[in-house]
Amino acid sequence: MENKKSNLILLISNLVVGILIISPILYALSVTFMTSDQIFTMPPKLLPKSFYFGNYKAVIDTVPIFRFIFNSLVVSIAVTVGQIFTSSLSAYAFSFYEFKGKKFLFMVIIATIMIPGEAIIISNYLTIGSLNLLDTYTGLVLPYLTSAMGIFMMRQFFLTVPKELREASIIDGCTGFQFLTRILMPISRPIIGSLGIYMFLTTWNQYMWPLLITSKPEMRTVQIGMSMLQSAETQSFGMMLAGIIIIIIPSIFIFIMGQKQLIDGMTSGSVKG
Amino acid sequence: MDEIILAKQKITKLQLKKSKTNLKTKLEPYIFLFPSLLLFSLFVYYPFFKTLYMSLGLTNAHGNFQEFIGLQNYVEILTSPDFINSLIVTMKFVVFTTIPSIVIGLLLALLANNKVKGLSISKVMFAVPIAVSSASASIIWGMIFHPSIGMLNTILKTNIGWLLDPQWALLSVSFVTIWMNLGVNFIFIFAGLKNIPEEILESSSIDGASYFKKLFSIIIPMISPTLFFMVFMDIMNAFQSFGQVNILTNGGPGNSTNVLVFSIYREAFFNGRFDTASAQSIILFIVMFIMAMFQFRYEKKGVHYS
Repeated sequence: MENKKSNLILLISNLVVGILIISPILYALSVTFMTSDQIFTMPPKLLPKSFYFGNYKAVIDTVPIFRFIFNSLVVSIAVTVGQIFTSSLSAYAFSFYEFKGKKFLFMVIIATIMIPGEAIIISNYLTIGSLNLLDTYTGLVLPYLTSAMGIFMMRQFFLTVPKELREASIIDGCTGFQFLTRILMPISRPIIGSLGIYMFLTTWNQYMWPLLITSKPEMRTVQIGMSMLQSAETQSFGMMLAGIIIIIIPSIFIFIMGQKQLIDGMTSGSVKG
Repeated sequence: MDEIILAKQKITKLQLKKSKTNLKTKLEPYIFLFPSLLLFSLFVYYPFFKTLYMSLGLTNAHGNFQEFIGLQNYVEILTSPDFINSLIVTMKFVVFTTIPSIVIGLLLALLANNKVKGLSISKVMFAVPIAVSSASASIIWGMIFHPSIGMLNTILKTNIGWLLDPQWALLSVSFVTIWMNLGVNFIFIFAGLKNIPEEILESSSIDGASYFKKLFSIIIPMISPTLFFMVFMDIMNAFQSFGQVNILTNGGPGNSTNVLVFSIYREAFFNGRFDTASAQSIILFIVMFIMAMFQFRYEKKGVHYS
């Protein structure tokens, strides 16, 4: 009896705290259904009077939001696929081959983690500019096509795969590359999945890089397109938040779909210390 | 006679073929590493050394190097009150965000770490901020902080310009950052707690004093590697924060939220000073590097590994 009671208390307190944490998002969602009169009522209300869709209509009519979403999708998918490809190739070399300079090259790659992206972002901007790649998908994607963290985590996983598996496949006529794409990557689906979700979310949510290198509205990603609304002169909170809700939905959806994989993958390398 | 020659030729051909495949397998790992190494060279090492180089010279408004001036840019920024202010603001921001992020993350993880059924929904809610971008979080919180129509003043019955008052702006931006950190902190600390053997946690029921004693004498020491890792992550994150500041305060009011990365951005793209911006970037790198070294040193001494 006592136990049941304390369980119920725990359950309720967990739910209350959970709702408290997501309350800013719920509040934003609620504001998107308010007319601008309601938004500017004093004191502000928590819930809309009725479901008003004008803000969503306004944001779709005045901002090329679908173009932003398309741009973000292109960039996020390209970065994710590219990082998985280059990381798995490198991780494969580090875990299945012996070669001269292996330790050194591994250090060269891992050391990049120590160089914060923000400290080199200006130089990268100048490089992309001098290659005439400002306002292009290539410019948005190119510097992010590989990942030291991706290489490190994939290597950790690949090291658990027995070397005999590769030897057997080579005897069966597989080339080294085919072993990677046909056997190793398919059995590494959990780690590739969690890295993929992480990479996609990170790129989708990226802010500083696309802010620097895009100036044409039609090349903006969702994060830049939406935050530009905030600095626009006619501030319409309802419309702005409607835009935010539209761009949060895909990332929260992907997070919820992939949370188990994401969490298992993210924490597997670190908690054991 | 001919047969012998033919056989010899065959053997050399075979040897050639063998050495070719040998060469190929020898080259293979380098070919596989090539894309990553090329990208790291072009977009990490090259810009790093270029930043270092630009920090030692004068650049024009397009970022082209004009002449070598040694350490003058460093002298200029290190004697500039604005930059010193920016360093102080960044340090404050690191402290204001890291400690609460860890404490709240730990509390959430403790709250979620029990065998009650139906907690999977609340766990997802605890982790959700991880999926929200800095831009989205900033715009949502910007609305909540709004002095007249914002919810915060209404709930607290206050009349504070959260983002407009120099006394509050940095705290408000820190608050948003803590919220953004909650997801990651919760996920990692929760995973750390789950690694503690069940018997230890089972015997520690929630009954006041003895629970807190267990918390501080058993649970926290046992997850100290995870906590340490999260402190590291949160500090590195705080040093690199930009979006919140750019969207919520633009560094203001009165430079009170002018964190380092924002200062670099403003120096380069508004003042056209790529040289001093580069010097600031190198200082950002050095500060983060020292922090990292310090933390790894400390880890060896202070963290308990079972």
